[in-house]
Amino acid sequence: MPTYLPHTPAEDEAMLAFLGMTSMDELFAHLPAAVRLAGGLDLPPGRSELDVLDDMSALAGRNAAATMTCFAGAGAYDHEIPPVVRALASRSEFVTAYTPYQPEVAQGVLQALFEYQTLVSRLSGLPIANASLYDGAAALVESLNLAAGAQGRSRIVLSSGVHPHWRAAARTFAAGTGHQIEESPLVEGVTQWPTAPGEGVAAVVVAYPNYLGYLEDLDAARALADASGALLIVAIDPVAAALVRSAASWGADVVIGEGQPFGTPLSFGGPYLGLFAVREDLVRRLPGRIVGETLDAAGRRAFVTTLRAREQDIRRERATSNVCTNQTLMAVTAAVQLGWLGSQGLREVAERCASGAHELFERALKIPGVAPYAPAPFVREFALRLDRPAREVLASMAEHGVLGGVAARSLVGEGDASLSPGGEDVVIVTVTERHRAPDLDAYEAALRAAVAR
Amino acid sequence: MSAAGGRAASAPLVGGAGEPTMFELSAPGRRAAQLRATTVAARAIEEMIPAAHRRLDDLETADLAERDLVGHFTRLSARQYSVDLGAYPLGSCTMKYNPKVADEVAALSGLAHVHPAAPASLTQGWLELLVTLEERLCAITGMAAATLQPAAGAAGELTGLLLIRAYHRARGDERRRVLIPDSAHGTNPASVTLSGYEVTTVPSNERGLVDLVALEERLGPDVAGIMLTNPNTLGLFEEEIEQIAALVHGVGGLLYYDGANLNAILGRARPGDMGFDVVHMNLHKTFATPHGGGGPGAGPVAVGASLAAFLPGPRAVRAGDGFAWATPERSIGRVHGWHGNALVLARALAYIEIHGGEGLRAVAEHAVLNANWLRRRLADVLPAAYERPCMHECVLTASALKEATGVRALDVAKSLLDEGFHAPTVYFPLVVEEALMVEPTETESAETVEALAQALERIVARAHEDPAALHEAPRTTPVGRVDEARAARHLVTTEDAARRNGLR
Repeated sequence: MPTYLPHTPAEDEAMLAFLGMTSMDELFAHLPAAVRLAGGLDLPPGRSELDVLDDMSALAGRNAAATMTCFAGAGAYDHEIPPVVRALASRSEFVTAYTPYQPEVAQGVLQALFEYQTLVSRLSGLPIANASLYDGAAALVESLNLAAGAQGRSRIVLSSGVHPHWRAAARTFAAGTGHQIEESPLVEGVTQWPTAPGEGVAAVVVAYPNYLGYLEDLDAARALADASGALLIVAIDPVAAALVRSAASWGADVVIGEGQPFGTPLSFGGPYLGLFAVREDLVRRLPGRIVGETLDAAGRRAFVTTLRAREQDIRRERATSNVCTNQTLMAVTAAVQLGWLGSQGLREVAERCASGAHELFERALKIPGVAPYAPAPFVREFALRLDRPAREVLASMAEHGVLGGVAARSLVGEGDASLSPGGEDVVIVTVTERHRAPDLDAYEAALRAAVAR
Repeated sequence: MSAAGGRAASAPLVGGAGEPTMFELSAPGRRAAQLRATTVAARAIEEMIPAAHRRLDDLETADLAERDLVGHFTRLSARQYSVDLGAYPLGSCTMKYNPKVADEVAALSGLAHVHPAAPASLTQGWLELLVTLEERLCAITGMAAATLQPAAGAAGELTGLLLIRAYHRARGDERRRVLIPDSAHGTNPASVTLSGYEVTTVPSNERGLVDLVALEERLGPDVAGIMLTNPNTLGLFEEEIEQIAALVHGVGGLLYYDGANLNAILGRARPGDMGFDVVHMNLHKTFATPHGGGGPGAGPVAVGASLAAFLPGPRAVRAGDGFAWATPERSIGRVHGWHGNALVLARALAYIEIHGGEGLRAVAEHAVLNANWLRRRLADVLPAAYERPCMHECVLTASALKEATGVRALDVAKSLLDEGFHAPTVYFPLVVEEALMVEPTETESAETVEALAQALERIVARAHEDPAALHEAPRTTPVGRVDEARAARHLVTTEDAARRNGLR
């Protein structure tokens, strides 16, 4: 029975004796007999950690996707994570701490979060960022709550270009909050907004670029928000943000996003990092934690979680959100990764992604049976229409060791407003800075073979 | 007796100056990033992105040399308390030792480098891992099925409440209220509001447990359910749980188990056997996945058979010889962007497999042993709010100390930092005055728990001799007592705001 317990049998005995007891059973004697578990848990016997590690390695070995060249994106991106970022982000002082309730011994995490907030603020163009949320989907859900509270309204006009899983999560949680979510369809890859939005709209939500990779006309989204007296919420891709206009410059009131591209591996979808930034006047409605700068008793610079009166442990049923534990380690990791990249490196990575994506797009279009899904501009991700079901094409490409993208239909339910009817033939393709010319050659060859089949 | 392994009083720090921010260390033109030699031809931005969409200004982040980046974050890490450094008796948070083997599990390339949208045929290992973990969690809690999607305990709570809502609605039963004891975590009432229900608070009785009479008075056909933590936030087992279950079920309500304290009963009792219908687990507490400075966690939710059809989807399931995704028939929908905090789930499974049933029971036993030993040891120093057997944590009160000396729980907590320990949770639960909630956890040795007791003895003795000194604690930490009011009054949450405010 392997354990991590330091107690010797003699210590167990002595500690029990101090309590006037002779067995562990007595510690649980006050539990009602009917709920005491007789016979122990129905689990396999414990094994040494090295044996378990072997088993986990064997399981890991059955994930063929891990060894393929990954052109899948759609909200989860395969970027380089340099050794220095892994080394710093895995420092046990960051890994094995908890929420900085005692700021005097948590300046490390607090300052790193302050730096993270600064970086998110600069990426979004908005002045205030929180200390992270669970993921992009959670950021969307919280942004809707914020908007509904700020505007005292419950209708949400949501572009169906926002990631399908985020929209699905928003619908799930709307069952509790009562928000009425109205999805605007994508036509030729970009949002077709309602011409007469009507009364009671709390937020207009758009993704920039959207989940198919296309850049939306944010002037139209801003105009709709203005006409409705609603907040404009923009979901950004933080890598593309290095190249495209900042969401704030388009008039975003709230910026959300998925921060995984900054130092967190694909991780089968989690833990990721929810980015969240707002206008200054919305700070008291911010969900989650926020770190502020202050002074200590001796007048030295110090950092502390602030505006805590918003939070659930103080305001309870009137809190701005129920978030307690969030994704601090991913936020610290993002600060490290952005520190490593630097201003120029971030731009170079984004440019490499975009250059590779545009080259691959052009090469793919030369293959018979492959067409662009829509004529809209894109940055580092694009959608193709194939003359065969995308799932089949991707399965064929996988035989050549290429994870050729994400079948759009695998992300959405039947009849989703983001795709033209059916949508079985649409694949979303992403290129990152990890891909080199031979990878693009391999992609082209695999796609050509798959489509020709 | 040997020295205490969990006392961090010898933590080395040099200099004592503050650490500049990464922006203060930044110099334009400096860089750390070395990108691979690319063979993809670079294209001009003008060829790719239409003018209307191009960034108007250059994005400035921070520009550091790699050596300075490493120095910066290493020095920040030296200004941070952690479980690896020393004992962390932060009640309710379960800051136990996080086995290093789990770091290797999470770093396995075959787990870490898998795209979440890759088809099931290429991710069979991951699906098997998720199915196995779900089965283990159901065995541990006595439930029928689970979702692994919720990313943390609070996300699990909200998911569980939406399941309760869906269950009632499917029966054409609109209910309005959820009962919560006054000792509950703040996330409980916040989650209830977000689920569309109203909170009705149930007072605790003089024993620190749910007051059955008060509970009965608050019950009615409009009650959707009750959220309970058992053992509760006072570290006490709700001994009348069978009666509570009968009463709530009697009006058609469901029982929600907040798994924040599941670590206390592993292998000794199961929520399912107590009558709970919905259970969330905090894997970062009970199964020792590292807390990451405030996340990531993982908050799977397990349910009884009658609620399984409502679980979020898709869920990994067994399918013939392999594994597949399936969405339950009447699913409430997704609650996460992908499949949950997968790498945290992998760590938790490794912890469970290493321990097995007996190992997990030993975990709970030693957690309860340490807490009771400490409670008894401190009886004459800082008495427990409820002087009776506790489970994995005990809530002490500095109420008498405050009356006698003016020294508050906060001062005791700050003084403990100078003694080389992390502080307990203070001022929670709200039902105890001057509360100090201490959770030693099972991974601290007898010597460490004794050293913690001695430190508290010294602090209380000093409170009587020189209370002013305690108001000024801590003195040996990287910064002294932090002015929280100032932070809220003069809000500075970014480097740019600091510059605007003349702080740089």
